[in-house]
Amino acid sequence: MNTTATAPVTTTAETGFARPNYLNAAYGVRSWLLTRDHKRIAILYLISVTAFFALGSLFALLIRLELLTPEGDLFQPDTYNRLFTMHGVVMVFFFLIPSIPAVLGNFLVPLMIGAKDLAFPKLNLASWYVYNLGGIFTLWAIVHGGVDTGWTFYTPLSTHYSNTYVISTALGIFITGFSSIFTGLNFIVTVHRMRAPGLTWFRLPLFIWSTYATSLIIVLGTPVIAITLLLVAAERVLHLGLFDPALGGDPVLFQHLFWFYSHPAVYIMILPAMGVVSELVAAFARKKIFGYRFVAFASIAIAVLGFLVWGHHMFVAGESIYAATIFSVLSMLVAIPSAVKVFNWTATLYQGSISYQTPMLYALGFIGLFTLGGLTGVMVATLGIDVHVHDTYFIVAHFHYIMVGGAIMGYLGGLHYWWPKISGKLYPAALSKLSALLVFVGFNLTFFPQFILGYLGMPRRYWSYPPEFQVLNVLSTAGASILGVGYLLPLCYFIWSMRYGKDSGDNPWGAVGLEWDTTSPPPTENFYTTPVVTHGPYEYNREEVHNRMSQEATLG
Amino acid sequence: MASEPLMEPHGHAAHHRDLAHQFDSLDQQKESSTLGTWLFLVTEIMFFGGLFTAYVIYRRLYPQAFALASHTLNVPMGAINTAILIGSSLTMVLAIWAAQVSWRKGIVLFLGLTILLGSAFLGIKSVEYREKFETHHVPGPTFHFVPESEHVKVTDPQLERHASIFFSLYFIMTGLHALHMIIGIGILVVLAVLSWKGKYGPEYHNPLEMTGLYWHFVDIVWIFLFPLLYLLGAHAR
Amino acid sequence: MAEHVTSRKVYFLVFAALLILTGLTVAAAEVDLGAFNDVVALTIAVTKAMLVLLFFMHVRYSTRMTALTAAAGFLWLAILIGLTLADYASRGQIFPVPGK
Repeated sequence: MNTTATAPVTTTAETGFARPNYLNAAYGVRSWLLTRDHKRIAILYLISVTAFFALGSLFALLIRLELLTPEGDLFQPDTYNRLFTMHGVVMVFFFLIPSIPAVLGNFLVPLMIGAKDLAFPKLNLASWYVYNLGGIFTLWAIVHGGVDTGWTFYTPLSTHYSNTYVISTALGIFITGFSSIFTGLNFIVTVHRMRAPGLTWFRLPLFIWSTYATSLIIVLGTPVIAITLLLVAAERVLHLGLFDPALGGDPVLFQHLFWFYSHPAVYIMILPAMGVVSELVAAFARKKIFGYRFVAFASIAIAVLGFLVWGHHMFVAGESIYAATIFSVLSMLVAIPSAVKVFNWTATLYQGSISYQTPMLYALGFIGLFTLGGLTGVMVATLGIDVHVHDTYFIVAHFHYIMVGGAIMGYLGGLHYWWPKISGKLYPAALSKLSALLVFVGFNLTFFPQFILGYLGMPRRYWSYPPEFQVLNVLSTAGASILGVGYLLPLCYFIWSMRYGKDSGDNPWGAVGLEWDTTSPPPTENFYTTPVVTHGPYEYNREEVHNRMSQEATLG
Repeated sequence: MASEPLMEPHGHAAHHRDLAHQFDSLDQQKESSTLGTWLFLVTEIMFFGGLFTAYVIYRRLYPQAFALASHTLNVPMGAINTAILIGSSLTMVLAIWAAQVSWRKGIVLFLGLTILLGSAFLGIKSVEYREKFETHHVPGPTFHFVPESEHVKVTDPQLERHASIFFSLYFIMTGLHALHMIIGIGILVVLAVLSWKGKYGPEYHNPLEMTGLYWHFVDIVWIFLFPLLYLLGAHAR
Repeated sequence: MAEHVTSRKVYFLVFAALLILTGLTVAAAEVDLGAFNDVVALTIAVTKAMLVLLFFMHVRYSTRMTALTAAAGFLWLAILIGLTLADYASRGQIFPVPGK
């Protein structure tokens, strides 16, 4: 995919829909690569992030192929180590963390708050370049043979024993951290200073609240991973002994510093998805979100609590049992705001006028899968159970339920919901529903067996396993293939829709929210006149529901 | 928080030459860049924070080695550098004051002084670094640490390794601090040129303010580095 | 919003205070106060940092949001150091279970 592929707006002229918008405001590669428009930068990010998602998925596919049989017959063990490391590095740092904030957040934050752009448009463009620069460092390492430390870079493996490309990968992540910080900083300032007249904090859409909470985590956490990876690189080059027990260093200190960022990073992935789901549930249940303020503050609570739980990654790493107890209790507290959200979404659905459009299918899938991922999270936060399942496929299944079942479902749901806003086009309804179904089924088939495998004792990060685990592993690989098809379909029909899709009109879902008040695709400055906000974000009423019904009839 | 000033409708005020298109007023722009800069400083706090954490943990694990190693640092030079850096913070605020009272040459003068003091700090720092190389106190293959102390055996490999950790942290912390100063001086040079051209006055001097915040932050980092690195070893004789 | 112009006198006073505190911290380090050496040194450092924050960095005259942002930075640093230290401080300590 290249940048020119995303600007085929000539069709608007053919359909007589020639209103000026951000896509047809200027043409040519330069107008994209030098743009300051948050919407175009979102598209640039969409392209880069999709490329990295494809790469990460390829690694996942190879991992699942190796695990199809108990013997290590497809790859050498060293190669397998590199595959799961690069799968983790690419997916975590180059797909999941930027996905919703940098694509949907960039596109929607100014639109949802009635602003012309983010507070710092140049910084926003810079963040995309920095992201790609970091990506190039990491790709360079991958092309030259990759890295085998696991995405966690644990010392002293990463600093002393690994003979793979640790430094260039670490530098890639270090650099990409800046792009993340630029985005987060930009969002915080924008939400504080650029809101339209009348748009008070409690009239903000919940997507804004969760993006804001995410940005707080990014700003407070990312610098710590930056300095940590810098120390790893310094240690690797100069052998300072900072994390080397032989020289008096303490590897557990590395783990503290690493997880101080990398645990909250999980909330960087899941919080924006929760924001998306809040929007989807309200829009497709046709109801005001139940307990708006609770959902809003739950985002902030998750962001804050998320910083107090990192020690639960080190229960068996030599951490003091007293500290571990504290971390265990604090970890369980995260379940409270998470449950508040799940209960409030469910309460919103209750007696709602629910329509099962594609985005809503993803939202419902998210609620179920996130609940399962979250509840197993409470399980592994328990000291005793964690000792049993630590470093097994139970953990792998748990965090994939959060990251894939949660974050990616939210991302896809959001893309399907706002695609008409982004492109002005409709995608095929039936096909997209089928793909949502494939994603849900494929996901569960891939990862549910892994819960069982882990509980039975199959350790993670090995290229072979005892034969009695084969049936469940075959199921998992079969699920991954279905999941892969489920992910490929949207890519195809989104690209297809840009050229051949029907015009969506400004508000195909009949949803409320400032982003739906402007045209689709929006003009460069977003609004022809600055909106003045007089009410909350989810004011659905009977009349509007009726309007939507008739609109749906015309949509087919 | 609902009472915070919200942005005014589009096209309310005629556009100032320094007003970016996404903002509606210079006030909104200034508030945004101030908040943005502070958020950046928060990331800096956390960036150095990782190092301070490592310092706290290792000092707790190896108090004696840390005290003995700290004792070899040059306290007078550190103290003079602290004074120099505080002085540069003073000249930095005076540059902003000069902009507020429309004294163009004053801005350039005070920025120049800030650059001068910053460079003096780096000069003294490099003298200290050279001293460390000469005494083999730089971690690496040539590292050698024999403390002058009655309590400790003169050659203690364990102690030497732990002192090496102190010096590693010393070089990483002061090195990153110095890097921040070099970047700061670079920005100040650009600002001095722009001020000479009359870019900044009482109405608009955001870049001066934001660079000032950064410069003072670097000062604050040193305010903590000085006692933690130089002074804790005063009684480890 | 009119910008606050701090008088030069305030700046010079703060500058003088910072120099005096620097001298004080060097002098205090010469006196052996045992565990209190760290407390004194850090108290002086925090005081100096507060002076720079409030006057040179204009937090005193800024919005509450600015003060809150700065405070959040230091609070999160305290979380990082505090919880990490909680691990190291309690390592290897096993207290007998009463009644066993």
